[in-house]
Amino acid sequence: MAPFWRIEVDCKAPNCASEKKGKGLMTFDYKEFLDGIDRKAYHEGEWQWEEDGFQVTRTYNYTFPGCHDSCGILYYVKDGVLDHVEGDPLDPVVNGKLCMRCLDMPEMVNSPHRIKYPMKRAGERGENKWERISWDEALDIVEKYIVEEIDGKGYGRESIVVGHGTGRNINWQIPFIAGACFGTANCGGIYFSGWSCYMPRVCGAAGPLGDFPVVDTAQQHKDRYNNPEWERPDVIVVWANEPLKSNADGFYGHYLEICVQMGAKIISIDPVLTWWGARAEIWLRPNPGTDAALALAMAHVIMEEDLIDHQFVEYWVAYYDEFKDHCKQFTPEWAAKICSVDTDDIIAAARMFATADRGMIQWGLAFDASSASCMHWVQTVCNIQAICGFIEKPGTWFLAHNAFELNAGYSSADVFGRPEAVAQKFKKAQIGMPGIDFVGMSNPDAMAYALETGNPYPILMFWAESQNAIAGHEEPAPRAYKYMMQIPFIVYVDPILTPSAVAFADLVLPVAASVERDSVRTWWTPLRAMKKVTTFYEAKSDEEIAIWLGTRLNPKLFGPGKRFEKAIDLSNEYLTTGLAAIDEDGTVRKGNFSSGTDENTGHQININTEADSGCPVRSHAELVEAGGVIFDDWNATYYKHEKGLLRPDGSVGFNTPSGRIELIPTIFQAWGIPPYPVYTPVSASKDSTPEIFEKYPYYFINGTRSYEFFHTEHRMAETMREFHPDPLVYINPKVAEREGIKDGDWVWIENWDGRCKQKAKITNEVDERCIRGEHGWWKPEEEIAAPHFCGAFDFNPNNLTHAYESGPGNIGAPIKCLPARIYPVKEGDIMPGTQVVELGGFREYTPMQP
Amino acid sequence: MKGILVNYEYCTGCHSCEVACKKYLGLPKGEFGIKVAEIGPFEYSGAEKGPRKWEWTWMPTLTKACNMCEDRVAKGKMPMCVQHCQAWCMYYGDLEDLIKKVDGKTRYSLLTTETHL
Repeated sequence: MAPFWRIEVDCKAPNCASEKKGKGLMTFDYKEFLDGIDRKAYHEGEWQWEEDGFQVTRTYNYTFPGCHDSCGILYYVKDGVLDHVEGDPLDPVVNGKLCMRCLDMPEMVNSPHRIKYPMKRAGERGENKWERISWDEALDIVEKYIVEEIDGKGYGRESIVVGHGTGRNINWQIPFIAGACFGTANCGGIYFSGWSCYMPRVCGAAGPLGDFPVVDTAQQHKDRYNNPEWERPDVIVVWANEPLKSNADGFYGHYLEICVQMGAKIISIDPVLTWWGARAEIWLRPNPGTDAALALAMAHVIMEEDLIDHQFVEYWVAYYDEFKDHCKQFTPEWAAKICSVDTDDIIAAARMFATADRGMIQWGLAFDASSASCMHWVQTVCNIQAICGFIEKPGTWFLAHNAFELNAGYSSADVFGRPEAVAQKFKKAQIGMPGIDFVGMSNPDAMAYALETGNPYPILMFWAESQNAIAGHEEPAPRAYKYMMQIPFIVYVDPILTPSAVAFADLVLPVAASVERDSVRTWWTPLRAMKKVTTFYEAKSDEEIAIWLGTRLNPKLFGPGKRFEKAIDLSNEYLTTGLAAIDEDGTVRKGNFSSGTDENTGHQININTEADSGCPVRSHAELVEAGGVIFDDWNATYYKHEKGLLRPDGSVGFNTPSGRIELIPTIFQAWGIPPYPVYTPVSASKDSTPEIFEKYPYYFINGTRSYEFFHTEHRMAETMREFHPDPLVYINPKVAEREGIKDGDWVWIENWDGRCKQKAKITNEVDERCIRGEHGWWKPEEEIAAPHFCGAFDFNPNNLTHAYESGPGNIGAPIKCLPARIYPVKEGDIMPGTQVVELGGFREYTPMQP
Repeated sequence: MKGILVNYEYCTGCHSCEVACKKYLGLPKGEFGIKVAEIGPFEYSGAEKGPRKWEWTWMPTLTKACNMCEDRVAKGKMPMCVQHCQAWCMYYGDLEDLIKKVDGKTRYSLLTTETHL
């Protein structure tokens, strides 16, 4: 009898519902699920009803509390309070499969950590002393500062920087507030070198593909897995992310698990063991920061062994010969040495992927934040998909747009900002970086340089809405604290009183939760509505805040009888015009989510297009009554390049200069990026700087996701903390023994930039090369005043990260693959909060230097 | 008799069943109507590379507090754990129907509780 690990499971499942999709194991039957739902019990066709004394509302939740996704939900409300929630089995987006965070929503929206009223600072920054004021008084303070200290002293509105957190249902509202209310185009994270979240993938894919790809798990079809054209993938490569936990970029991770139930095979590429790695046909564990070499070697194997899709390459791909010749140097033997993986495994993975009928690579944040080759890694993975013909074919990558081309987003700051302030937006040229600006957000390194030097102009006011800078995205958190404290006027606008608000804010304003808010939003597809069912003290929604500010600060656009009078006007205009700017002469200017080729603005803004979006639902109310969700035909169409759906002129092909997928992207040169992809080692790697690894012997992979939290959110919910009370650092048993660490010990993780403490979890999910820690931690139950700040510095892996290191094109940042050492915390050790706040920090900084 | 069939090969340990259940039953900290156990990760010594080398499996257990959501199912709704299972690996129904799914192609476990009338 064969050993059990060689047993082949019989793949011809007799209970398989669909012969067509019956290749491989099939334990999932969507039709059976839908047929089994008692539709009357779940009130099919109704969006609101009474049930057992509760008012029930069928809608979508999308920030706060939130994540990148927006799932169908049933809110149960009694006496104006959210009592409990359920997932909606009739929702085509997730069919009721809510995560633990949404299921615990009442604890979050009714939390004692919510901000109830506008408050102004009554003590020093950091003391957590506040005085309640009215919204009117708050507006007086904001207006007075802008009029007297900015306009009155001859500064431009570009001196106002608007910060926001990651992509949730704030990403069209906050840039709009920046441009339309304050007049500035400066929007984004300050210490956020290389926009090391998503932008490298968005822009890196735009080079070769002309659009942005998403793995096809039937999420763009209303009938989902039953869609007659959809096919499940044969091979899924889960590369450097855990989609089940991260649910990143508008993509619900468990969709991929369904594909596995339907027979898809797995290749896992990750130094860490995940659910995927434990079930993978092939698991590759490259050294952190080296994946680009692995990608180049896979491309080498596919081309040298001629495993390409010849017809697709002939018809639709440009510069194949150039790419193939260029990749001759990237042998699997070469990559195996850099990555510390077996040559044979690289070859086997390349063959398995390329010879499948349908393959898809699910990528994640590490592409943006764990490499000095970000754009080249992204480009090479796009090229692998292209040469295999895995673009726009069902069960591969589809090219996604926001549903109905509703693209209001970062570009709203540009289209609504004052032209003279837009001209002064932070950009590459101010700090001597080559190439045109191709990312919509302000250049973070230029912003940090201005903060530290006052050049080319000072940052005088910081408006932070839905972001927790210290615990969250500011890469070098101690550095950010030091210099952000110098900004004269800071407003924090948030549902929760965060440590960042206590540290920095002169004024705090309460924001409504999703359950308290009428709104709409796309992120790719489908379009969804959020329906307000409760209120919370004086909290205003982000849309209401825009109206509140705009009516005073920009009366041309806002106020009685004007284009934006009520908060709902914003959601309705989002639907009908994509929140286009319409100038006095009738010129229409609209944002386009994709990065692009406009040399003036760097990212594409459509000028003199039709104002009307053509969206079939014309108002928030109409969308709510339709059940809160609507799918578009464009995203649901396959082979769009053959049908003339990708190019603005309607011709066939891809939206690149040549009309083909450009394996050597011509646009990269304009962006300041060498168009031939190479592997660039990070500044501290085992190859390039072995001496650093003698002192700091482990790769510190930070940013580990968990089911309980999304970035800095959800820490105030007792049930989430019941499951996950402390920040965890994952350590291999042998490393733990070597370093004298026991499971559950508090340990220091340290390098030359600083240190943080987390609790040891001893596990063989990580091997001896790596330690793996969590991010976003603060403990709302602990002291929020300085210096402790709920532990926001003590637990913070961003004590070890740095700014001003990025890859080709100054995009992406290698912050998830840093060397570090680890040792037990001792009684009497100085805590990072004290070090940063009271002892002058861990180190000195030089502008423009890491 | 009713039961819950778990295709535990695909359980991801996401905790949705645990939270859905404890919120519905109103259970305080530390108490559960369903609780997921984690097995592994460990690798089988001597096993070759591939999908059967590692064991990392989750398995829910129904506690004494579980009443199979009898009031919900009486109204035609699913039990909370089944309705919210993100991995889509739980099925509720009559034991004789559920057992028909068990075909040796994947790893199933059939869970029952004491009978609640």
